[in-house]
Amino acid sequence: MDIFADLLMGLSVAATPTNLVWCLIGVFLGTAIGVLPGLGPSATIAMLLPATFGLEPVSALIMMAGIFYGAQYGGSTTAILINLPGEATSVVTAIDGYKMARKGAAGRALAVAALSSFFAGTVCTFLIAFFAPPLTELAFRFGPAEYFALMVLGLAASIVLASGHILHAIAMIALGLLLGLVGTDVNSGLQRYAFGFPELADGLNFVIVAMGVFGIGEIIANLEDEARRDLGFAKVKGLMPTREDWSRMVAPTLRGTTLGAALGVLPGGGAALASFGAYALEKRVSKHREELGNGAIEGIAAPEAANNAGAQMSFIPMLTLGFPANTVMALMIGAMIMHGIQPGPGVMTEQPRLFWGLIASMWIGNLMLLVLNLPLIGLWVRMIMVPYHYLFPMIIVFCAIGVFSLSNNAFDLQIMTAFGVLGYLFKKLDCEPAPMLLGFILGPLMEEFLRRTLLLSQGDPSVLLTRPISAVLLIAAAAILLSVLLPAFKRTRSRAFAQ
Amino acid sequence: MVVVKSPKEFYAGAIYLAFGVAGLWFGWNYPMGTAGRMGAGYFPKVLSAALILLGLVALVRGIRINGAPLDPIRLKPFLLIAAACSLFGLMIEPIGMIGGLFVLILLSAMASREFRWSPVALLGAAGLVAACALVFVWGLSVQMPLVGSWFTGG
Repeated sequence: MDIFADLLMGLSVAATPTNLVWCLIGVFLGTAIGVLPGLGPSATIAMLLPATFGLEPVSALIMMAGIFYGAQYGGSTTAILINLPGEATSVVTAIDGYKMARKGAAGRALAVAALSSFFAGTVCTFLIAFFAPPLTELAFRFGPAEYFALMVLGLAASIVLASGHILHAIAMIALGLLLGLVGTDVNSGLQRYAFGFPELADGLNFVIVAMGVFGIGEIIANLEDEARRDLGFAKVKGLMPTREDWSRMVAPTLRGTTLGAALGVLPGGGAALASFGAYALEKRVSKHREELGNGAIEGIAAPEAANNAGAQMSFIPMLTLGFPANTVMALMIGAMIMHGIQPGPGVMTEQPRLFWGLIASMWIGNLMLLVLNLPLIGLWVRMIMVPYHYLFPMIIVFCAIGVFSLSNNAFDLQIMTAFGVLGYLFKKLDCEPAPMLLGFILGPLMEEFLRRTLLLSQGDPSVLLTRPISAVLLIAAAAILLSVLLPAFKRTRSRAFAQ
Repeated sequence: MVVVKSPKEFYAGAIYLAFGVAGLWFGWNYPMGTAGRMGAGYFPKVLSAALILLGLVALVRGIRINGAPLDPIRLKPFLLIAAACSLFGLMIEPIGMIGGLFVLILLSAMASREFRWSPVALLGAAGLVAACALVFVWGLSVQMPLVGSWFTGG
């Protein structure tokens, strides 16, 4: 099989001492920042992105992927230990994980989370290796119409997957699309919404926007309810799962991995949906379903496997199409561009070492998390206990230096501040920022692809429906949007987000 | 007298509306072009119009549908953090990284309820500045002026 040869080649890239070290640093930093309350994977990556500039592109991407898994993993640790899910994907883990921790089984809960995540990660590494080449082949047949339709599908999915009312998801996307248009129009050279600032001629930098919204905005919101941050958590002892734990986690892990892998490819943040879905599935089919919610192993194994699988599978659209499925992948794409690599189907053929090295490093990163994190749990616990008022000035300092170092431009700090304020207001008003950032990334691309489509068809929009791939994608998008209006789906959705 | 029943909905709508109006206002003169050759104004105008529409719907919903009240906004962290970040941007070139970071750290730390002026706080800030200078400027060779143009005369 070719894939195994390619994977071996990737392994030889990922396993060089330098890349192993960067992967380790990424995984370690990711976990460290991920366990700190109030910083999710997006903020972590945005903050650490500038630190990867000096590296080789492969090492930089490997390190960022490591930060991603690490941050995700750290989120589950806090969910289990202090009932504080770092982000949407570990919300469900907190239900049974924290109950287990309260019963004195925190160590076993953490081990189950780590093991099921590792299993899902391993399976998905192979799935990515298996599916990426044919999808890349398909992507080469994509014209502007297909890309435009794909982006519409991505936005439709992110509307459905956003929490809260659909109206706000749509408005946030429209706002993101509009913000994405700031800068020089490629076709006419006209500067749009630049207000005479030369700094805005290239548009707003995604990393700065993400750091403002996810970093600064989050910090202001956290400081607001500082008083409620009294953390009480259980002692961690006895990491080894019992024989019964092992046998009880097999089926849920398999189910979670399958569901996560299937949903993860969806644009718009499949990982969160995957973990909710996996939990709901366990509630129906598990032999121990009546224990779910009271500290059942299944309630950790299934969603953890699912969200890790989902997170990892979101690399597929990024690697094959250059299409970001979520904000983390958008940051990865940003990093690629900053390293001079044009994301898209060309990466696999033109940069096979980078492509396969990154895929192989996913498995290595997952393995590192498993062997590194369980013994280090004492360290993470101590990190969680560091009072927030010592931490947040440091986070702000890292954001500020990071933003400045992007292009040595002091003006960028004002942009970060503005988006910090905006992010805080959105948080206050319960408006989810993720769809806005997805729109922000896709705005200029959608405009470009729609223009090219219509230029080729001399202004006739019907090509979008007469070309088969584009038609299928658009029909899928319409179906997704219509499904929201179905009462049955509405109920499931509101139940999923109510937890 | 209009009573806002769902403030979150209402103010979110106001933000959408504001962005939509601003988008339309500043993008008014961008050329529309034709369907076959879309001008620079096509996307901005369509999006702004959509935002205005969505904003109005949210405003109406905010007035008519009951919703959760707005939690009070604590102005202190909000203003201090925003001011700290913005000031750092203004100061980095004239005063330099060392002075700028010192102000950034202390000003943002003041946003916390736990903050007290004390030698420990000043020492902590100084230590963090020193660590940043070592790690970023010396270790990762980030191009940042340690002291600014006011002191170097540049």
